[in-house]
Parts: sequence; structure tokens; C-alpha cells
Amino acid sequence: MRQYRTLVRREFSGYFLSLNGYIVLAAVLLLLGGSFILMLVNGRGMAFNAPLTEVFYKTAFFWMIVLLASPVITMRLFAQEKFSGTFEALMTTPVSDLQVVLAKFTAALLFYVVIWLPMLVCLQIVHRYTQPGEPFEWWPTASTFLGVLLIGCLYVAMGCLASALTRSQIIAATIGFALGTSLFILGFLTYGITAGSGWLTRVAPYISVIEHMQDFARGVVDTRRIVFYLSGTVFFLFLTLKVVESRRWK
Amino acid sequence: MMNRGPIIEVQHLTKRYGHHAAVDDVSFTVERGEIVGLLGPNGAGKSTIMRILACYLPATSGAARVAGLDVFRDADGVRRRIAYMPENNPLHPDMRVREYLKFRARLKGLSTVASRERVDVVTEECGLTDVSRKIIGTLSKGYRQRVGLADALVHEPELIILDEPTIGLDPRQIRAVRQLVKNLGQRHTVLVSSHILPEIEMTCERVLILRAGKILAADSTANLQQRMTGHGQVLAEIAAPAPDVRACFEALPAVEHCEVASGDGAFCSCVLTARPGVDLRPVVFDAALAHGWALRELTRTRHSLEDIFMQITRTDREEEETP
Repeated sequence: MRQYRTLVRREFSGYFLSLNGYIVLAAVLLLLGGSFILMLVNGRGMAFNAPLTEVFYKTAFFWMIVLLASPVITMRLFAQEKFSGTFEALMTTPVSDLQVVLAKFTAALLFYVVIWLPMLVCLQIVHRYTQPGEPFEWWPTASTFLGVLLIGCLYVAMGCLASALTRSQIIAATIGFALGTSLFILGFLTYGITAGSGWLTRVAPYISVIEHMQDFARGVVDTRRIVFYLSGTVFFLFLTLKVVESRRWK
Repeated sequence: MMNRGPIIEVQHLTKRYGHHAAVDDVSFTVERGEIVGLLGPNGAGKSTIMRILACYLPATSGAARVAGLDVFRDADGVRRRIAYMPENNPLHPDMRVREYLKFRARLKGLSTVASRERVDVVTEECGLTDVSRKIIGTLSKGYRQRVGLADALVHEPELIILDEPTIGLDPRQIRAVRQLVKNLGQRHTVLVSSHILPEIEMTCERVLILRAGKILAADSTANLQQRMTGHGQVLAEIAAPAPDVRACFEALPAVEHCEVASGDGAFCSCVLTARPGVDLRPVVFDAALAHGWALRELTRTRHSLEDIFMQITRTDREEEETP
């Protein structure tokens, strides 16, 4: 446990010790700002009949953050250490492979949460300058953040796997991005196939990230979604662990 | 500690990558308190052996035990007892020296209090006090090497494994690191690898010479040198015509082989190879005295490990050069 905490702290502070983390933060702020402006422009000063979070998530920038930020956050986790050789130094200390994988995942997820925090500020600003007296929409905000967190778990786990596979950060980011985007695009199947009752039609809604996020943004928390994301996360972390262990199979 | 047996026992260790055997049926033991050098050309399998001992890679076959624990089954126990500094000494360049050492100490299982104490001690020992607040990326290579050594020492390991600790350092830094390694040997067992021979010759008490994954020679540095000085060579400079000198030495039974070249002025320089077990120096002196020749230099060349190394690995180089 001590080693796990030490590693999480080291990995998390690593984002702030290098320029890397700040660039991601700045880029996400830019996209969030774009999202915010779009939201205001689309509203045209008129009232709309949906939770604010739903409008927010419908802007394209929202998905750009999910799809782009997670591979960039995770790319360095293993690839950089393997490249610089510190991985060897790390793996010859008395820490288990599982601890290393979990610590790196936790640190990346923490940073992922940090980059989303400015969204709270955006929501707060809108709340402040519209309809004074209305209570802040806590529930949709909380469920949106839960959705963001769950999707983040899965995408960060995918990124961990991508990073564990290679020594090059660029390749790690590319693989992570490809995995994430593939899952995202699969979600469009729900819109593409409407007729018929083939297995695809039935399966598609279960893997549609877009649909899931829409539910979360509306304030709907469905346990099926939670199970999907958590099991997906465990699956990818398991694969990551096997990749890390695989050096012993050779 | 409880186990007083040899710190490293390696039996028939083999590591294959595909069909290529990086380490081929290697056996050796290292007793506690020794400084042992692994010597060999690049690609001889030094790093692979070290990685197996540090539980980073598994062996294909054979057994390796560190402090009586199997490196494969008891990896965690072995890692607690050893320190391993990989080749090129990888560090996190974005961390400060003290922060990094504390991080490593905690990773190695020390408590907060213990890690603080140990970091203070090793910072002092490795001469890092002045730079302890500096960012590792800004340090010179010599200091980085010391950080690596401090990291190795931080959890008081029984065995320290250093893979090419002086690679890429300037002569002054090499000397400093060498001294540090020698000091380590007073309290720890050290296994150090190098392809630089004087390095091993100066720091180690015992050498294992490796080539193509096999151990070619394993002996103390002194013994290896002695083995070679049997065929010792003597250098002499004598004031006499070269043909006369040659004729004189070729007539001597103790001289196996002689080369005489006319040097500067009246002196000619001779390189004489003795028959095994003979010291040629008095013979040369007597010969010069008998002929009335002036003698300017008379030295026995001691074989450095380099010669031994070249001789042992020669067949390999020749094989490589033929195609």
C-alpha cells in the first residue's frame, strides 16, 4: 500500500513537473471554453428546456476532450519509462506489477478529473447570470461528472494498455486514440441500424458511448452503464497487467 | 543475517532469445563481502546475467539464488535484499535529488522516518549534499552517477549490482566513482560489470570473463595476472650494435624469443620473452656486464588484465574477422 501511494504521488506530480501536463490543461481549457461559447451562442439568449449539462455535452468540443485528452494523458505512463530505462529501475524494486499498473492508472485518472474541473466553473457562471433564484442543478451536474468519470476510467485504461505496448509515446498516443475513437464510432451504429432486430441492433445501445453520456447528462444513472464502464476498465487494466508481466514470458 | 552462505549462487544458467543464447550454461558463486567484476565485450551477456539476478528477466533454464532465495520464486524477497543500477543509470530528470532518493526509498519499502534518515546518510556518503535541492536533469553526468549509487545504497542492500557504472564519465569522474565502489565493498557485496579492463582490475578482487554467454575464466585478479607473468617479457636498452646483441641473446637458453631494434644513438632496444618460470632480468644484466655494454633500461612488463582479456577472447575476434 505504501508503495502504491508513493507511486501514485510520483506519477501524479509528474504531470505538473513537466510541461506536458500544463499543455494538456491549457488545451482542455481552450476546448472547454469553445464548448462554453458554443453553448451560449446556440442558446441565443433564449430559455431552453433541457438541463444545462445536456446542452454542454452536445457540443463537439466535449468529445474532443474525451477522445484527445485521455491518450495524451496516458501516453507517457509506461512508454516514457521504458524509453528512458527507468522502468527497469522501477521493476527491480520490491513493487508488484499490479501495484505499478494500478498506481499509474490512478494517477492518470486523477489528472483526467482535474482537467474536467473547469467545466464546473462554466456551469456555475451560466447559473449565476441566468434566472436568478433558481437552484443550481446539482443532480444532472453530479451525474454528468459521474459519466465523465466512468468514460474516463475506460479511456484511461485503454491508454494504459496502449502505453504498456510500446516504448514510443507517439505510438502509445496513436494506439490509445485509435482504441478510443473506435469505441466512439461504434456508438454511431445505434443511429445507423434502426430497422430489423438482429443482434447488432440489440447490442449497439450497450456500447454507444454517446447514448450513455446523453443519459448521464440528463441526470439518468443506469446501473447497466456503470457495469459496462467498470468491467471495461477492469478488462483493459487486466490486459495492461498481462503486457507488463509478459517480459517474463519471453 | 540468518543466511551466511554465498550471496549469489548461479547454476547452469541459460537465457535464450529465440535460438540465440545470450547466456549459455553459466555457473558461478559470489561470497559475501567480495567485489566481483563481470568482464566481457559488448553483447557477452553481462547485462542479461545482472537482469536475471535483479529479477527483471527470468532465465530460460538453470537456477539463480541470491541470499539463498530463488530469483524466480522469491522475487520480492530478492529485490528487498539487492540494489540494481541498470546500464546508463536511468533517473527521473524532472525530480529533485532529495525528492528522488526519498521516492526510491519509499518504493523500496522504507517508512517515512526511516527513508528520511537513510536519505540523509546516503546524500552525505555519496557527496550529494551540495546538490540535494537541484533538479536531476540539470546535474552533470558524474553527479547523476552518484545519485544512482545513493539510490542503490538507500535501503542498505546486502548485494549491489552495478551495470557499467562508469560508462560515459570523464577520467576524474571515473576515478571518483571507482573510489565509491571500492568503499562500498567494505560493507556490501558488489557485482560490477564493465568492458573497460583497468576498471575491473582496479576495483575488483575477482573477475569473471565472459564471451558469447559463456564464462571463459574466473579467478582472482592477482591469479590471472600471475598466470600471464609466467611468460613475462623484459624490456632492455643496451648500448651496443643491434646484431651483436641479437646474437648474444639468441644464444641464451633462458630466452625463448627476442626482438632487437636499433633505437636512438648508440642504444638499441630489445624485447625479450622468457621461457616459463624464468626471470630474465638478472640474465640480461649478467650478459651486459660480461660484454661490457652499458645498460639504460631493464623492466619486466606486467601483463595487465587487458592482455589476458585479449588473449582469452582472441579466437572470437579472429572468427569474426575471417568472413
